[in-house]
Amino acid sequence: MPLLEIRNLSVEFGEKGHALRAVDAVDLALEEGEVLGVVGESGSGKSVSMLAVMGLIGYPGRVHADRLAFDGVDLLTLPAAERRRIAGKDIAMIFQEPMSSLNPCFTVGFQIMETLQVHEGGSRRQRRARTIELLDQVGIPAPESRLNAFPHQLSGGMNQRVMIAMAIACNPRLLIADEPTTALDVTIQKQILELLLSLQRERGMGLVLITHNMGVVAATSHRVAVMYAGQMVEQQPRDWLFGAPRHPYTAALLEALPERGLGRRRLPTIPGVVPGLYDRPSGCLFHPRCNFVQERCRREEPGITHSNGLLVRCHYPLGAGAPGDGLPSGGGRP
Amino acid sequence: MNTPVLEGRDLSRHYRVATGIFGGRGTLRALDGISVTLQQGRTLAVVGESGCGKTTLARLVTLIEPPTAGSITLDGRPATGPQAAPLPELRRLVQMVFQDPYGSLNPRKKVGSIIAEPLVINTRLSAREREETVRAIMDKVGLRPEHYGRYPHMFSGGQRQRIAIARALALRPKLVVADEPVSALDVSIQAQVLNLLMDLQEEFHLAYLFIAHDLSVVRHIADDVLVMYLGRAVEQGPKARVFAAPLHPYTRALLSATPTVDPKLRGEPIVLHGELPSPLAPPPGCPFHVRCPHTRERCRVEVPPPRPMDERMVACHFAGEL
Repeated sequence: MPLLEIRNLSVEFGEKGHALRAVDAVDLALEEGEVLGVVGESGSGKSVSMLAVMGLIGYPGRVHADRLAFDGVDLLTLPAAERRRIAGKDIAMIFQEPMSSLNPCFTVGFQIMETLQVHEGGSRRQRRARTIELLDQVGIPAPESRLNAFPHQLSGGMNQRVMIAMAIACNPRLLIADEPTTALDVTIQKQILELLLSLQRERGMGLVLITHNMGVVAATSHRVAVMYAGQMVEQQPRDWLFGAPRHPYTAALLEALPERGLGRRRLPTIPGVVPGLYDRPSGCLFHPRCNFVQERCRREEPGITHSNGLLVRCHYPLGAGAPGDGLPSGGGRP
Repeated sequence: MNTPVLEGRDLSRHYRVATGIFGGRGTLRALDGISVTLQQGRTLAVVGESGCGKTTLARLVTLIEPPTAGSITLDGRPATGPQAAPLPELRRLVQMVFQDPYGSLNPRKKVGSIIAEPLVINTRLSAREREETVRAIMDKVGLRPEHYGRYPHMFSGGQRQRIAIARALALRPKLVVADEPVSALDVSIQAQVLNLLMDLQEEFHLAYLFIAHDLSVVRHIADDVLVMYLGRAVEQGPKARVFAAPLHPYTRALLSATPTVDPKLRGEPIVLHGELPSPLAPPPGCPFHVRCPHTRERCRVEVPPPRPMDERMVACHFAGEL
């Protein structure tokens, strides 16, 4: 049984009839101890789909799914009070931008102890001791003296460590990290990623790492999911994805990385922009920007094809021996 | 050798700042003795972590602030000191592209007047001539004629950055200072803007002072690299040499910390401990010794002067031995 199982998850905003789909038919499964990277450009629905798992989509947003289960328990049919007991305890989330996610009016010690108070109880002294232990675990020097520090007195990297301490306070089994290193410098980014991975290994947690940085995913994840305009377009084990991407979008995204353009003056680009929620193209959402577009792509929306560890949403996936129709005649890979 | 477009010598910028509520004052050395030379058509990339003085350097070069010490020469004309050329003339030589295209465009002005503003301030062109210039430059950066009368909110991040680039080019400067011009953009858009910058450089023989923290972007676009740490240059030289064989331990750590997709590009894993020290109380000796994996006794007491080695300048006592 997977730790997290999502089938056909959609998140909509706005009135029924002309609702905006921020997340559209996402399938995902995560085993215990697995690191899944979720990549995509801004507006691709990576954060919103994970907020839906946490139960943090409020009115006017609506969450639909065939199945949204954590450890076999269906989260959507669970009474609200029981769901709140899971969120923050068994499933924890680290938010983007530590500086704005922490409350500037309270000390970091207070904010961590608040989590412990809600989920674990215990005496004030126990909570204090546990908080010091947590700060020590996430590598904050002199943790006793940092308890009374306010977020503005700490650096971005230190605040992110506080966020991590808060997330792991109740020993979660699933940790969702939403762009945990985006606002940080590279040397600090490296420290934070190492910390997250070592905590993940020690505790055997499932880790979902949301990022837009392909390099971060390549260095950390076991499996990678690529999202585009609210849809999951590809899922593969890491080395396969970077070695042989199946969806044209993934391939184009990897080609556009400056590090792959070494020696070339011009980088290959993806023409056009990501479609907004109002101007969805017909058929495949990627077809106006796709290099391999065929007539069928304009008319017919591709479904998801599953086959051993691979998931791709394309009529004509790239590469030989492809599931589905394989390469279209005449349109080869560059 | 041609006259360099930019020559900065021993540039320093210090700020007097309050250190406490009781009126204590300290000196913040944002920039401490940096020298740069930039020829026409070349790109110098400045890399380093936040707080290392990259943006301060950009502010000095664009004449937004005067340096505390040192001199700047733009296209052969002194820009600092008593012999400085008049500011309006100098400003036409150097223009800037800012990091965040959502914050750097006035939401209440139309694209046409945003791009025309430098012309209004710095030239005596008539309204019609200005419009012609603006339309020509919009065409160069890939904006369509109908965009002239639109407002910034109608554009995506990549398009906005094109507007910002058009504004910087309106005066036909020789030097463009680009402060993290692509770091706020998505990967697919980033490649479009980088291509545009390189095309424009070729067409107008622009010199770029390119500030970035993403080393894979720098590796792609730069000719020369300046690596900064706590307001000082730690390594400075041709890109190919710096990336192929970094000499300073900080450059090595930066390169190793940059996440890459290709496992072959990943170097030895170096995790730096600790964070950038406060520039208000820089450590004695080598500014990097607190985090350096190779610190020796000499590093703690003696500031390493920049010295030439293998076609570049390195500020490390033990560079080459490590």
